[in-house]
Amino acid sequence: MNAPLLSIDDLHVRFPLSGSWFGRQRRMLHAVNGLSLDLAKGECLSIVGESGCGKSTTALSVMGLQEPTQGSILFRGKPFSGPQAPSRMERAMAAQMVFQDPYASLNPRQTVWQSLAQPLRLHNVTARSELSDRIETVMRSVGLTPEQAARYPHEFSGGQRQRIGIARALILQPEIVVLDEPVSALDVSIRAQIINLLLDLQEEFGLSYLMISHDLSVVEHMSDRVAVMFFGQIVETGPWSAIFSDPVHPYTRRLIATIPDPGAVLGLGREVAAEGPAQAPAGWSFADDGSSAPDVTQEPKPSELVEIAPGHFVRLSRS
Amino acid sequence: MTPLLDVRNLELGLRHGAHAHRILKGVSFQIMPGETYGLVGESGSGKSVTSLAIIGLLKKPLQILGGEIFFEGRNLLALPRREMRSLRGNRIAMVFQEPMSALNPLQTVGRQIAEMYVQHRGKSWAQAQKKAVEALASVRVPTPERRVHDYPHQMSGGLRQRVMIAMALACDPALLIADEPTTALDVTVQAEVLKLIRELCAARGTAVLFISHDLGVIATMCQRVGVMYAGCLVEENATRELFVDPRHEYTRGLLGALPKLGSRGLHGRQRLVDIDSFIADRSRLTDTRFIAPRGPVSGEAGS
Repeated sequence: MNAPLLSIDDLHVRFPLSGSWFGRQRRMLHAVNGLSLDLAKGECLSIVGESGCGKSTTALSVMGLQEPTQGSILFRGKPFSGPQAPSRMERAMAAQMVFQDPYASLNPRQTVWQSLAQPLRLHNVTARSELSDRIETVMRSVGLTPEQAARYPHEFSGGQRQRIGIARALILQPEIVVLDEPVSALDVSIRAQIINLLLDLQEEFGLSYLMISHDLSVVEHMSDRVAVMFFGQIVETGPWSAIFSDPVHPYTRRLIATIPDPGAVLGLGREVAAEGPAQAPAGWSFADDGSSAPDVTQEPKPSELVEIAPGHFVRLSRS
Repeated sequence: MTPLLDVRNLELGLRHGAHAHRILKGVSFQIMPGETYGLVGESGSGKSVTSLAIIGLLKKPLQILGGEIFFEGRNLLALPRREMRSLRGNRIAMVFQEPMSALNPLQTVGRQIAEMYVQHRGKSWAQAQKKAVEALASVRVPTPERRVHDYPHQMSGGLRQRVMIAMALACDPALLIADEPTTALDVTVQAEVLKLIRELCAARGTAVLFISHDLGVIATMCQRVGVMYAGCLVEENATRELFVDPRHEYTRGLLGALPKLGSRGLHGRQRLVDIDSFIADRSRLTDTRFIAPRGPVSGEAGS
């Protein structure tokens, strides 16, 4: 396999909680604890977990919106965080983000054309004809007409707004697109259209997606690889098929078992693979079975990600 | 058996000057005692206003334009406001989507639950406070005697929703309306809250009108499902039949648009159905309706 496009190595993010700024014992909230992930070119990697598990913080670190406390992020082998990090301009060419709520992330006082033209102008595309060309192309590729670019965000429906959010992320032709809950604010029928669009675009432009989601059925549909996060740590990661057909960690199993899926509930589809108690491989035990919330102000107990099948890692500790 | 709730041809509109914009176009459905009935639909399909009309909480520009809502034999739409007030919370109770905005931030949760007993059962505040502890215990809030003194902001989302359920079930209502009760919650918490609603209502024989946009949640909870689109009930059937054999075009589109768990493993990644691609004209969707006749009452649905 070639070198990964993006590689996150031992990422830690901590936030100060209370206590004196000068005190020796400042309590810290450990949002992300030693997270390591690789994202290959053209793949869709999903991070799943419940609110507060640190998945959005991880995404913000990748985008450079949250400075890591420790650890490094490399993009094509070059630092993407820390003192040697590229400028915001270069960063914008590499990674862009699609947000959950497209209405909140679009400027209501700018037409779509203005919103799309601004990043191009900042990157020295100033000729009116080229601007128009690029905007026209991107509008078409997200399934809107170029004429609609003259409108304001409030004139669009929720699904169309999310298309504009995607268009804005793609206008600079980034290699990585971070999708933060891209469809969870949308209705079922619109959601299907946006999912189809995202998959089409990925194929067309060879995009790499880092998707943050809590909706496991969407994750199963879209991802190549899945990482399950629980309180700042990855507890299980692997190819989508391994995670969904052979989940090992008790937290992953619980997540999969609790999805209300019509097929599983009514016994129409296949049986959910997560029945029965979790079995740790011989000689190992689960450091944290995910049944109770750990103390977020403490460093977690030592444990390691063990490869139990090719590419399939589970967090275990030696017993 | 007579239905507990009988909504007949409910018409609801938004009046703006001389204009009346119809929002519900002749919605009819029945809920039997002890039955869990689901209303599913996308945003703006009219499922929430239906529930507000039933509980009598419609606000101004919205207006009932026609129809009847019979509950325990009385037409709720013709009831004087005083009687409606004594019914609301007592015989018909509601759990809202966002517990933080439904609970009063300035009162302890114990007082808010106790108020139900004071209002509807004529208890003293001291007695009601004791009942509130029991109510919290019944929704499995840990250490209820301590938690009654908590304010809503001191609780997690899942606990707050449990408080809402405790309040709603305090007076043993005959009908519980649950409007997207778990949409704001995490999946594992959602599973716990759904289980709680299911078990408590089954134990007390409470009928539930369950409103959700999530087909999976509806499948877990309901015995019968109505699908709403653009203010019409376009299809109604027993849950299993609806999912196995959807009759209406819109229902079929909705089910196809849903990524199904496990289907990628079996059939590979299939393109999700784009509802607009196979429904030529959305405006004609409401012309046809499939309302399956009620079969003989199944064991758990009857009383």
